[in-house]
This record gives sequence, C-alpha cells and structure tokens, in this order.
Amino acid sequence: MSTQTPTVHAVPQLDVHAIRQQFPILGEKVHDRPLVFLDSAASAQKPNAVIDCMANTMRHQYANIHRGLHWMSERTTEAYEGVRDLVADFLNAPSREEIVFTRNSTEAINLVAHSFGALLKPGQAVLISQMEHHANLVPWQMLRDWAGIDLRVAPITDDGDLDIEAYKALLADGKVALVAITHMSNVLGTITPAKQIADMAHAAGAQVLFDGSQSVVHHKTDVQALGADFYTFTGHKLYGPTGIGVLWGRRDLLEQMPPFLGGGDMISTVTFEHSTWANIPHKFEAGTPAIVETIGLGAAIEWVNKIGFDGIAAHEADLTTHALQRLATVPGLNIVGHPRVRGGVVSFTMADVHPHDIATLLDRNGIAIRAGHHCAEPLMRRLGLSATARASFGIYTQKEEIDVLADTLVRIRDFFV
Amino acid sequence: MEAPFVNPQEDTAAEAIEAIGDELDVFDDWMERYQYIIEMGRKLPPFPPEWCNDAHRVPGCQSQVWLEEKEADGRLYFAGLSDAAIVCGLVALLLRVYSGRTREEIQATDPGFLRDLGLVQALSTNRGNGVEAMARAIRTAAAVSA
Ligand SMILES: Cc1ncc(COP(=O)(O)O)c(C=O)c1O
Repeated sequence: MSTQTPTVHAVPQLDVHAIRQQFPILGEKVHDRPLVFLDSAASAQKPNAVIDCMANTMRHQYANIHRGLHWMSERTTEAYEGVRDLVADFLNAPSREEIVFTRNSTEAINLVAHSFGALLKPGQAVLISQMEHHANLVPWQMLRDWAGIDLRVAPITDDGDLDIEAYKALLADGKVALVAITHMSNVLGTITPAKQIADMAHAAGAQVLFDGSQSVVHHKTDVQALGADFYTFTGHKLYGPTGIGVLWGRRDLLEQMPPFLGGGDMISTVTFEHSTWANIPHKFEAGTPAIVETIGLGAAIEWVNKIGFDGIAAHEADLTTHALQRLATVPGLNIVGHPRVRGGVVSFTMADVHPHDIATLLDRNGIAIRAGHHCAEPLMRRLGLSATARASFGIYTQKEEIDVLADTLVRIRDFFV
Repeated sequence: MEAPFVNPQEDTAAEAIEAIGDELDVFDDWMERYQYIIEMGRKLPPFPPEWCNDAHRVPGCQSQVWLEEKEADGRLYFAGLSDAAIVCGLVALLLRVYSGRTREEIQATDPGFLRDLGLVQALSTNRGNGVEAMARAIRTAAAVSA
C-alpha cells in the first residue's frame, strides 16, 4: 500500500478590511445606519480602480474608436481592444475574436437567440431549465414563436438541483439543437454541473450556452474546460460598470451566424443594394459601443485578477457557510433551496412575514437585500412561492454583516408574532 | 358605505393626510412607526377572498395588491388588500385619504404625501412598490368618467 501525503494548498486569506477601503460607497450611511450591502447578486458595488479608470478615460483618453485616424482615437481603440484580450484570458477563450461585447447578459443571450436561432429549423428544440432568469427564458420563447422551434424545460429537484435524469430524457430524441442553462442560479445559489451538462448535450448533438451572469463573479471560469459553446456574463455584477456585457462563442459558430444588429462598424462593404459583413467579433458589434464602460470592465477584471479567485472563492464559501448556520437559528426562517454545490446567494422566507416586509424593515436598519421574484417567476411558481427574500455576498462582505442580518431578522420576527 | 369599502374618518383628503402625519409624528423610531402602519392594515375591513384574483390585482413587482371600487352619491369608495403587511398598512393609509371622496378631490390629491411622510421613497420611480401602482390606479379610476 502506498502512502500519499495529501497536498495542502494554503487558502489565501482576503484582507477584507483593506478591500472595503477601496469601495467608497461602503462608507455611506443609510437611514443613519452604516450600510450593510447584501445585494451584490443584483449588482455589485464598484472599487476605486473602476471608478478612477472610467473617470480618467473621460478626462484624458477618450474619442470614438475604430474610425479616427488621430492619436486620441488610436489610444482609445487600443484601450478598448485591450479589454477583449483581458476578457478572453478571463474566460480562457481560445481567441480574442470570439469575445463579443454587448450591453449586458440579456443582450448577449438575445444575440444568440436571434443569430444562432436563425440557423435552426422547425422541429428542432432549445432546452432550458426551471431555474432560469427571465433573461435566459424570454428570448427563447420569442425564438420559439417566430422560428417554429420547440422550447423544452428541464425540471429541478426539490432541493434546487438540475434533475439530471429528466435532463437526459429531454435530450434523448436528438432534436435539441441548443441547451441554454444557468451556470449559477440567482435565486437558489445552485452551481450547476456545467461540464456534465455540456458533455451530455454534446453526446446528444446539441450545443450549449451557459448564462454565467452570477457564476463568473465567484470562481475562475474556463470555457474550454467546461466544454461550453457559448458563455455570457454581465459587467455590473463583476464589480464593473453597467452597460457592458460579454458573449463568448465558438469561432465556427459565430462565423456561421448572421449579424444581430445592422449599422456602422459591423460591415465590410456597403452599397445601396447590398452589404457584406465584417469578420467576427465586429460583425456583432454594430454602432458606437459602450467605450468607457468596456474600458471600465477591463479595470474590474484586472482588479479581480489581482485579488485572485482562490481567495475570493474561499472567502465567499466561508461567508455562505456562516450565513446558512446563522440564518438557521432565526425562528420561523426557511432557506429556499439546498443545492449540492452553491455560491454566495441565499434565498429565504419567514413564516408570517412577507419578503417585502422583511426587505422594508431591514432597509430601515441600513441592510440592503432583495425581495421579490428575482426575475424568475416560473421558478417561483415551481417552488410554490410568490416571492423570497435574498441575501447575496461579494468580495467585500464581512461575517459581521451576516450577523447583523441574522440579529435584525430575529427582531423583525418578534415584531410580527 | 358597507364593508369592505372604506368610509372616510376625516372630512377632506387634506385633513386625512394631516391627521396621518400627526399620528406618525408621535413615534420617534421607524420600527414603531411601521408597527403602527401594520396595525392600520390589520384594521382594514376584511377583503373578500374571492376578489384576490387577477381581475382585482394591481400590477406591482414585489408584493400583491388587490383593489375594488364602488361609486355612490357622487363619491368613489375603495376596498383594498395586500399580502405584505407594511404594504397593506400603506393601502389603509391611501384608502383613508382617497376613499369616499369625489372624483375631483381624488384627482386633486397628489399621492406625493406618502413620500413627504417618509413612507415611500422615490414614489414615482420605484416600480417595485405596489403602493405607487395603487395610488395610480385610484387616481385613474377617478379620471374615468362615470
Ligand atoms: C442568472 C442571471 N442571468 C441573467 C441576468 C441578467 O443580467 P443583465 O440584467 O445584466 O443582463 C441576471 C441578473 O439579474 C442573472 O442573475
């Protein structure tokens, strides 16, 4: 018998205090209380690195890109296109041309629904899951209605995991052309088994798109290791600005797909009769893009890279474990979803207290959470709920904030019983 | 007016707003203020469960609000309910102001008072709040000619 010494990886500890110093907004007071911001899954706060980068861009280095033959335009184009390299590296994409900038995840998914959807034939199907955000549901319903394809929905288990057997059965007839599924649920926190999902999809002849809006924030993403064909995310949840999102797609797929929007920047030649398209990615980037926001996204990615996903993932896992333990001690509180693998999102309900009331009363105590259907109405119906309260964590979240949340929830509960 | 429609306690909407302001001023703590608001919601006349349906639903984002109206003697009377306790209390405040008034008075009464009282933030922009939608529904009902 051989004895193996397990390799011990030192888990890097985040200096959360130092990180918080880089987020000016975290020093704000709300209703005279220190802000406890537990709504990063809706949109994350921005570090100075991003704020300063965007301000400096507008102060010192701004012009339209891809078209000016002057110094400012060239410098700005360089900064903008540099972000494409950063994003390719961030996702471990095989090449920078496969990175398409969009407004957000929603637009990235709509782009695929429109342009990949144009290649589909009636009788083919798109397969989503019960835990999709409306952003990864409504575009496929629209495609179904104009392309005459089928839309299939893979069920989840009561714990909030993808029902793998049912998923397999839905792929069995070989008609599914695309599986579009979340990599992490914004309601349940579920991290889906992406590699397994992709392998099963490919075995059935389908391509796979992952909605990475929630997941890219919490751990390292490698689209090649996952075996993805498309991957989307949104800048504002990744400590970057709003107005900038990303679609990564496999080169051969992007090349086959017709453009999404027409206009400037996406053409090769134009006559009154006919136009030819630019190469990827520009074919999909019509009009003046969100220049400053894209450059800001680059700053956010560099900032996150510097902290490193080992530390981020360990910190958030720690917070989530702590939150699940602390919330379990609140009388009448029910955690919604017990997935096998989860990220830093915890939904809950409380007996006799509506999520809306929870959020309103927490807000008066300076605590920001989200309450509602979280843009996932069909999931709510599946769970038999009309709304949940949701706390979500980021790089800057402290355990003490979760304690404040739990203690305040106990007080709120007393208030109603 | 018979239940569940709300009868006015004050002679005018303006007086109702003033009375509500005075009552809330008694508390110096927001949690107490909310407790009082929740209490007002609990005292609303019971809203018939069969009206808790889509036909009565005021489209709102975070909580469900149901509304019914009835006209008598040139006045509009309202009944309402929400599944969230604080929103239900805000509904009670709204009905105390608006129910049992003439169409003219309803239209002349700006729902901005909820914001002035610190009860609703950014009244006109927060589509998540059913109360804003409710205030709009009440004023729209008043604008429709009988
Ligand atoms: C899982 C998931 N998908 C998609 C989105 C949509 O992101 P955006 O609104 O930035 O397009 C969100 C954000 O709420 C999300 O949580």
